[in-house]
Amino acid sequence: MPKTSAAVTQADYIKAYRIMLLSRVLEEKLASLYRAGMIKGGVFLGRGQEALSVSVGTHLHRGDIFAPLIRDQAGRLAFGDTVLDTLRTYLGSQLGSMRGRDGNIHRGRPRDGYYAMISHLGAMIPAVSGALFARRLKGESGVVGATCIGDGGTSTGAFHEGLNAAAVEKLPLIVVVANNQYAYSTPNSRQYACADLLDKAAGYGVTGHKADGTNLLDCLQTLRRAVHNAREGGGPQLVVADLLRLVGHGEHDDGQYVDPKLKASALGGDCLALAERHILDQAWATAQEHAEWRREVEMEVNSTADRVRREPAPDPEEDDWAALSCPEYREHYATS
Amino acid sequence: MITYLEAIRLAQQKALATDPRVFLYGQDIGSFGGAFKATKNLSKEFPGRVFDAPLSEDAIVGMAIGAAIEGMRPIVEMQFADFSTCGLNQIVNHAATLYYRTGVPCPIVVRLPSGGTSGGGPFHSQSMEALYSHYPGLVVLTPATVEDAYTMLFDAVGLDDPVIFCEHKFLYNHLKADSLPETSLPIGKARLARAGRDATIVTHGAMLHESLAAATELAEEGFELEIVDLRSVKPLDTDTILASVARTGRLLCVSEEWPWGGVTAEVIARVTAEGFGLLDVAPMRVNAKDTPVPYHPDLWSVHRPTASTIAAAARRLLLS
Repeated sequence: MPKTSAAVTQADYIKAYRIMLLSRVLEEKLASLYRAGMIKGGVFLGRGQEALSVSVGTHLHRGDIFAPLIRDQAGRLAFGDTVLDTLRTYLGSQLGSMRGRDGNIHRGRPRDGYYAMISHLGAMIPAVSGALFARRLKGESGVVGATCIGDGGTSTGAFHEGLNAAAVEKLPLIVVVANNQYAYSTPNSRQYACADLLDKAAGYGVTGHKADGTNLLDCLQTLRRAVHNAREGGGPQLVVADLLRLVGHGEHDDGQYVDPKLKASALGGDCLALAERHILDQAWATAQEHAEWRREVEMEVNSTADRVRREPAPDPEEDDWAALSCPEYREHYATS
Repeated sequence: MITYLEAIRLAQQKALATDPRVFLYGQDIGSFGGAFKATKNLSKEFPGRVFDAPLSEDAIVGMAIGAAIEGMRPIVEMQFADFSTCGLNQIVNHAATLYYRTGVPCPIVVRLPSGGTSGGGPFHSQSMEALYSHYPGLVVLTPATVEDAYTMLFDAVGLDDPVIFCEHKFLYNHLKADSLPETSLPIGKARLARAGRDATIVTHGAMLHESLAAATELAEEGFELEIVDLRSVKPLDTDTILASVARTGRLLCVSEEWPWGGVTAEVIARVTAEGFGLLDVAPMRVNAKDTPVPYHPDLWSVHRPTASTIAAAARRLLLS
């Protein structure tokens, strides 16, 4: 295996960009469905974080582990999640991977290495670590696991415990922090007191990487290096990407608390628009080709949404209402 | 003679020897053999399968969950049941919800050295079985005998669902058996620990032995108490409880846990809801006092139910 990771090519960039575009269009559809009252629960979007997120998913292979967080639609699609299952989960189709039992971003297919997050931030770090620990015990090598978190999540005990334990075991884990400046409404000044979240890497004894979250090329290069290091036995990698959340915490939130100065700063740049500009400037595609890419994904998203809206909702009469897999250990309550 | 503690060690040894998916993870459990020596020599006997963990209960359980998803059968030790609250989130929100949410089972065993011992104090004495039983998606076991400690722990490793294994520290060294059985009642089945006709005591864990002593005391006064050892508090074997109450018409529930919303409350709720007509008198219960578990032996021995407080309650029940 090469000692250093390969350079990011034009093809890599365009492939990642097109996934970002799909993610953005899909999320615009989700927001529109939310406003129309079609979504069963909340909608949490990754607008402004697609470059970072896609860079995680795109560097993982089949057989790797990925535990995305709430703003990782792009990374999920890059890892193999589909527009169909996304819409099924948001719209509550019985045919979705969560069968209506859980919704929106809490979806996954653990058997495929695609873990379904719980809402408690930091909790997926030890879970991915445990998966990697198991792979090591089974004698598998070359496997990595990645999980994503935000600036707020770095304040949890689970983040600390998980990253520390992974470092002790030198597991091939990549923890990606989207430092999007706000945890719901809480600014970073009320979240942590270190100069930079990257400083935490040294404290845990793991390799740290910094990326410009608005810059797709930088995100791709950084994640390629981090994933490569982990795969080559370099232990846990902490990636911190600075960017700005370009939406509210969820679609119910207008994000009016976001400092206008941040919006006007370089952090407030839209990674998708910047990548599009880069592609056009480099003449990697014409404006017409680009418009065609967008039309294609809009058609896919719209037709899939129309299909899913006709699918059945979960039937309470058919749910077995069983939290245990073993039927013989299930409780039977006379009154329910 | 084999102690309850040794039975737990031997069950883990057997699990490691017979199932390559099993590994142990917990604080001080490697070469040190665990705070109570429940894993003594296992790291030497099974190199690369018994791991010391950092002081991180959340990460310990979280790691076990990830490993279980990948097909392993981790057994994790919480040094004391009380410390499992630091891993509570992973247990109740992750392990317990995984199957219902994703269809993927989560076969982990979380060992909780539970219950009070003299001088243990507020943070090394707790009984957590009701807390965990409240959450859907967990199996909660409370072995009261050496034989059950052995067979139920081994059986727990074979379960596809997460198991909270409440092993009682008070029983660790003073409870002994001549030999260990190869088979036992299935998990989820209660055991009739003593046959009697006058009243039923439903209990579990260390309180089985206090209840048996109370029954001996009452026998000298001419009363025959029947005792049901729950073994498993979730699932709860309502059928065996109701069958016993049908014979005796009187019910006394005894538990070392705090009273509010505990196992005694659940048993009485079920018996009154499903077998009200079987009761000749109102059911009674004896629990620990509703305070933190005190440190001083003189306070502790009054805080928990004992043979004499159980016998006193039984007398009131029998004479009512």
